[in-house]
Amino acid sequence: MREFGKYVLFLGSLLVRREKFKTYYQLILEESIQIGVKSTFLFILVSTFMGAVTTVQTSFNLVSPFVPRFVISQVVRDMAIYELAPTIMAIIFAGKVGSSMAGGIGTMKITEQIDALEVMGINSSSYLVLPKIIASVLMFPLLVVVAGVCAIFGGYLVGTLTGIVTPTEYIQGIRYAFDPYTIKFALTKSVVFAFIISSISCYKGYHTRGGALEVGIASTDAVTTSVITLLLSNYFLAELLLSK
Amino acid sequence: MITIQNISKSFVDKDVLKDVSGTFEKGKSNLIIGASGTGKSVLLKCIVGLEQPDSGVVYFDERNFTEADKEMKSEIRREIGMLFQGGALFDSKTVEQNVMFPLDVLTQMPKDEKLDRVNFCLKRVGLENINKKMPSEISGGMKKRVGIARAIVNQPKYLFCDEPNSGLDPQTAVRIDDLILEITQEFKTTTVVVTHDMNSVIGIGETILFVYKGQKLWEGSKDTIMNSGVPELDDFVFSNKIMRSLR
Repeated sequence: MREFGKYVLFLGSLLVRREKFKTYYQLILEESIQIGVKSTFLFILVSTFMGAVTTVQTSFNLVSPFVPRFVISQVVRDMAIYELAPTIMAIIFAGKVGSSMAGGIGTMKITEQIDALEVMGINSSSYLVLPKIIASVLMFPLLVVVAGVCAIFGGYLVGTLTGIVTPTEYIQGIRYAFDPYTIKFALTKSVVFAFIISSISCYKGYHTRGGALEVGIASTDAVTTSVITLLLSNYFLAELLLSK
Repeated sequence: MITIQNISKSFVDKDVLKDVSGTFEKGKSNLIIGASGTGKSVLLKCIVGLEQPDSGVVYFDERNFTEADKEMKSEIRREIGMLFQGGALFDSKTVEQNVMFPLDVLTQMPKDEKLDRVNFCLKRVGLENINKKMPSEISGGMKKRVGIARAIVNQPKYLFCDEPNSGLDPQTAVRIDDLILEITQEFKTTTVVVTHDMNSVIGIGETILFVYKGQKLWEGSKDTIMNSGVPELDDFVFSNKIMRSLR
């Protein structure tokens, strides 16, 4: 509870003594490139393969001749939109971006770079952390959309090339009983997850004490805490947004 | 001028500073000296506000900094330049961007003017043609000098240096000390230097405050330090062979 209280106070400190809008604008742009653009390739790669594997495994488990083949792509679609794109990619996001945020800020802390900002009269938490959180909240939903599309495309590619489904069946499955609300659900989750990962990672980095060893510990802690928190919030969001 | 009154600070159950008072004069290099672990750096952090003292007050030209609100603190801090022990240069920025940083964030200066000011400060600390280098590409001594350039770029009224020549070879250490003294006299800054290096004490110690086990034991100048009559200070001053031979 004490740690949670410190985390809430830390979030509060982001909003006081802010710098000029122009400063944040520039920082948010830089962070968006760092967080979004530089993660795109990994997201495309992972999601494409996961979509492809889901197709193969669904086909393997679909033994009844009474179940139409287009169900495979329907499963891929729902998997991608409900869990694969927002949740699994969030775990990857925590591993790649979250650990980098904690490590970067932690290193700044132990090398007195954060003290240097404070001495200049700059609110270091707001200056360093707020742009990272905003950039994450802006970029992660876009990455989730890319991941969702790539997963479905990966499934299509493997399904049609190996003869598991025909292109027509695959497209039929993608369109069958599609509920646009699922997209809204995935994007809502992605915004919440991006906030959780970026804020927890920055918090862990910002409170690093000691040396290089502690920076490593802070990075690991950031990923572990972010993943546990996002898995819990994943359950609560599902209950909140999908329960009838 | 900076005045500190009865500064005390403890961490968990350890008293690091006990009732430390003193005055740091304008246009002079004021040294805080003492052995490692005596609370010099904590005292410096209390003065610049990186640590909140448990009791006591810090005045910057009669402005109460310790009890000031956030706005006032921010205003005073914008008049402070600080050189950190390791330089504390921003890793992701070039030398030029590092030195320009306070101007970018704290002023509305046009880009050309900022660049002129950066080049002037880099030239002042004896560094030219390294504007585009990253901190990882320059030596420890150069990092310290870039740190000084960044500290003075916004024309601060108060300059703080935490162990400015630690980890440097003797020649570079003397150059850094001389630079600090020159800048102090040239820009009439109130300079506070934390050090345990006797070469610095002899070289630039215009006023000296000796801290021992968290307490101020002596205050004076480099001219009187040899004859202080304080045994703890004598132990500190004459701890190496060269100083003992001078005695």
